[in-house]
Amino acid sequence: MKDEQELHETQQEKPGVSRRDFLKTLTGTAAGIGISQVFNPAVIAAMKEGLKNHPVLWIQGQGCTGCSVSLLNSVEPTIAKVLLDVISLQFHPTIMASEGETALENMYRIAKEYKGKFSLVVEGAIPMAADGKYCIVGEIDHKEITMLDLTKELGEMAGSVLAVGTCAAYGGIPAAKGNVTGATGVMGVFKKYGIKTPTVNIPGCPIHPDWVIGSIVHLLTKGVPELDADGRPVLFFGENIHENCPHLDELDEGIMSASLSDPKGCRMDLGCAGPDTNADCFQRKWNSGLNWCVDNAICIGCVEPGFPDASSPFYEAK
Amino acid sequence: MAGCKPKSEPAGSGKKIKVSIDPLTRVEGHLKAEVEVKGGVVVDARVFGGMYRGFEQILKGRDPRDAAQITQRICGVCPTAHAQASVLALDDAFGVKLTDNGRIARNLILGANFLQSHILHFYHLAALDYVNGPDVAPFVPRYEKNDIRLDKATNAVGVNQYLEALEMRKICHEMVALLGGKMPHVQGVVVGGATEIPTAKILNEYAVRFKKVKKFVEEKYLPLVYLLAGPYGDLLKCGGGHKNLISYGVFPIDSKGNTLLKSGVYTDGKFSKLDSDQIKEYVKYSFFDSGTGLHPSVGETNPNPYKKGAYSFIKAPRYNGKPHEAGPLSRVWITNPELSKTGQDTLGVKTIREIGDAAFSVLGRHVARAEETLVVANAVEQWLTEAKPGKETLVSTPIPKSAEGLGLSEAPRGALLHYVNIKNSVIENYQITSATIWNTGPMDDMGQRGAIEEALIGIPVPDPKNPVNVGRLIRSFDP
Repeated sequence: MKDEQELHETQQEKPGVSRRDFLKTLTGTAAGIGISQVFNPAVIAAMKEGLKNHPVLWIQGQGCTGCSVSLLNSVEPTIAKVLLDVISLQFHPTIMASEGETALENMYRIAKEYKGKFSLVVEGAIPMAADGKYCIVGEIDHKEITMLDLTKELGEMAGSVLAVGTCAAYGGIPAAKGNVTGATGVMGVFKKYGIKTPTVNIPGCPIHPDWVIGSIVHLLTKGVPELDADGRPVLFFGENIHENCPHLDELDEGIMSASLSDPKGCRMDLGCAGPDTNADCFQRKWNSGLNWCVDNAICIGCVEPGFPDASSPFYEAK
Repeated sequence: MAGCKPKSEPAGSGKKIKVSIDPLTRVEGHLKAEVEVKGGVVVDARVFGGMYRGFEQILKGRDPRDAAQITQRICGVCPTAHAQASVLALDDAFGVKLTDNGRIARNLILGANFLQSHILHFYHLAALDYVNGPDVAPFVPRYEKNDIRLDKATNAVGVNQYLEALEMRKICHEMVALLGGKMPHVQGVVVGGATEIPTAKILNEYAVRFKKVKKFVEEKYLPLVYLLAGPYGDLLKCGGGHKNLISYGVFPIDSKGNTLLKSGVYTDGKFSKLDSDQIKEYVKYSFFDSGTGLHPSVGETNPNPYKKGAYSFIKAPRYNGKPHEAGPLSRVWITNPELSKTGQDTLGVKTIREIGDAAFSVLGRHVARAEETLVVANAVEQWLTEAKPGKETLVSTPIPKSAEGLGLSEAPRGALLHYVNIKNSVIENYQITSATIWNTGPMDDMGQRGAIEEALIGIPVPDPKNPVNVGRLIRSFDP
C-alpha cells in the first residue's frame, strides 16, 4: 500500500466539493455515522486543498454499464460537479466525446504522463479464458486490445485502482456458475500477474454512487481507506444488513413477511440475504434515499464476493 | 488526429478506404465499426460486437424466479426492460393472471425508465455529436474537425440542457425506485406482479417528480431535437437502411395483451401482424458453433471466439428471413400516434408516417425517440390515475415442474424477447433476443447485412480522418 504522503502528492489545487457535500456523502443522508469516527480535521483540510483535475481512467470489461449509470445518480456532490470540478475523467467509454484511436491515444498519453499517480477505475469483469478474446475493448494499428491486456497494462501504471461493482471486484454475474469466459475481478488478474498497485474493491450490483465518490475522495485525501478481508472500505461495508435492519424487531416478535408484497415483517423466510451481507444500504438507502431492496422485496446479497451463486436461489430461505 | 486509419488515399479518389472506429463510444457495451469509403460515402460496413458474458449458460439449472434478477444485469441502462420481458416469460410459464395493480405498477416502473433511457441517450450519449461540450475531459479530446454546426448561443443551450438532463434522468430513476426498490436493477419486478403496493404517498412522490420530467420533455428535449433539423438537415436524408421495422409491443394496457406501443412488422413497405414463430437467429458470421436459423425456443449458445470467418459475438436475428430494425422508430412508425405540438408545428404533419422516407434517417430516429418519450409520458400520467393505493400487486404462484414461457416486450432501444423452458422446476433453457441484436447484429447466412450495417451504406464520410457521421448514424439507433 502506498503511504498517505505519496497519495497526497497526486493532488492539485482548489477544492471541488464543499465540506458539507463531502460529509453528507460519507455519512449518508441519515447521518448514522458521525464524521469524527471517520475523518479527522486534517483530512478535511486536505480535501479543501482540493482534488481538482485528478486524472481518472475508467475502463469497462464484461459489465452492463449499470455502475456508471448508478454513479450518475449521485446527489451530493452531483455528477456534474464531480465531472467538472473534482476529477478529470480522461477516459470513459460511455461518456467521453472521443472514440476510436483518438480516445485510446489520449488514454495512453495520460497513463504515461501521470504514471504512478492516476487512478484506474475498472467496471465489469475481466475474462481470462481464450486469451481474453471474450472482451475486446479497442484496437490500435489494427491490433485488437483485450480487457485483460488493458487491466494488466494500466493496472501496473496506475497509482491506485478502484474495482467498481461486484463484477470488477469479484467477477460477479459473468463469473457465475455456468460461465465459460473465465471471468474474474481485478484482484484475480493482479494476483496472477503479480501486480501490486493498491486496489479498493467497491462491490455492489450496482454500486451506490456514494460508495464510489466517498472512496475516491478518501483515496485522494487520506490514502487507501481501511479495508475488510474482502478488500472493501469498512466505512461503507463494515456493518451487517440484518443486524441493522428496521425489520429486526419484527423478527424478535415473530412477525415474518407473508409474501414479497407484504410491507410488514422480517423477510428471511422469503430468501433475504441480509444476514450474510455487509453494506450500509439500511441507512443510506438508494436513489436519493427513497427506498431500498429490503423494504421493497429482499436483499440478494449483491455486494458479497460470492454473488450471485452464494445467494441464488434468491427466493428460498437461506 | 487519428480516430481512424485510412489505409490508402483520401476519399474522392475513387479508391476504397477502410476506416475503423474501435471503441465506438457512448453506447452501452462494446462495439466496433469498420466502413469502406469510396467517393466520400460509405459503400460497405461491418459492426462488431466485442463482448460475450454467457447469460444463457449462466441461467441453466437455476430457479426460474432468479431469471428476472440475473437478466436485468444484461443492461444497466435498461434493466427494467429485461425484468419486464423476463417476468412476462415467467408469468406465461407459471400460468399467472396478473392483478390490474400489478400490471400498472410494472408499467410505472418501466415507463419511468423509458423516460430515463431516452433522455440519457439523447443528451449523454448522442448529443456530443451535435453540440460541443465544455473544453475539459471527458468532453475533450474530440475529432479535429467534428462538424459541430451550432452557433455559440445555441451550443450553450445544448450544454445547459446536457447538465439539466443529468438531473432529469436521476429524477426518473427516483420514480423507478419508489416502486422498484432501487435503480439500476430493481427488486420490485417479479413473476406474478410487482412487490411494492403503491400507497397514496408513493404515488404522490412519483407524480411530483414526473411533472418536472414531463415539462422538460415538452419544453426542452423535443424542441432541441427539432432545432437540430435546421443546421443538420442533411441528416434527415441519409441512414435509411433496410427500412424494415419490427416491434413486439410494450406497456400492456389491459389483461388481453393490448399494448400502448403496438406490436407489428413493416417489411418492404407492407405492414403485417407479428408472428413470433418467424423470428430466427443466424450465426454464420457470429462467434458461435451453434446451429443456425433456429427459433429462440430451440436456440443454442455455444461460443467459439476462434471461429473462422466470424466477426461478432452477436447473433443475426431475422424475421421471415429478413433483417429488421428495432427501436423507437419502429414503434412510432407502427403505432403511428399523433405527434407533439412541437412536431406538428415544425413538420407540418400530424404523424410520422406522413414524413415518409425522412423518418428513416439519422435525425428521423432521434425525432421518433423524442416523440415516443412524450407518448410514454402521457401514458404514465394516465397510469398514475389508474393505480389503486393499497391494492394487491402480486399473485403468488408455485414454480411449475415443467413449462415453457415466452416474454415479448420492448426495451427503450427495441424489441426484446425472453424465452424460458423449465424442467424439474429449474431452467432447462433460457434464450434472449435483445434489441441490440436486431440492430447491431452481423451479416446473416444469406449475406444480408445487419440493420446498422445497412443503414451505414451511403453515409457521407467526406474526410476519413474525421468520420463523424459514422458515429452519428450508429448512435441514432441507441445500440
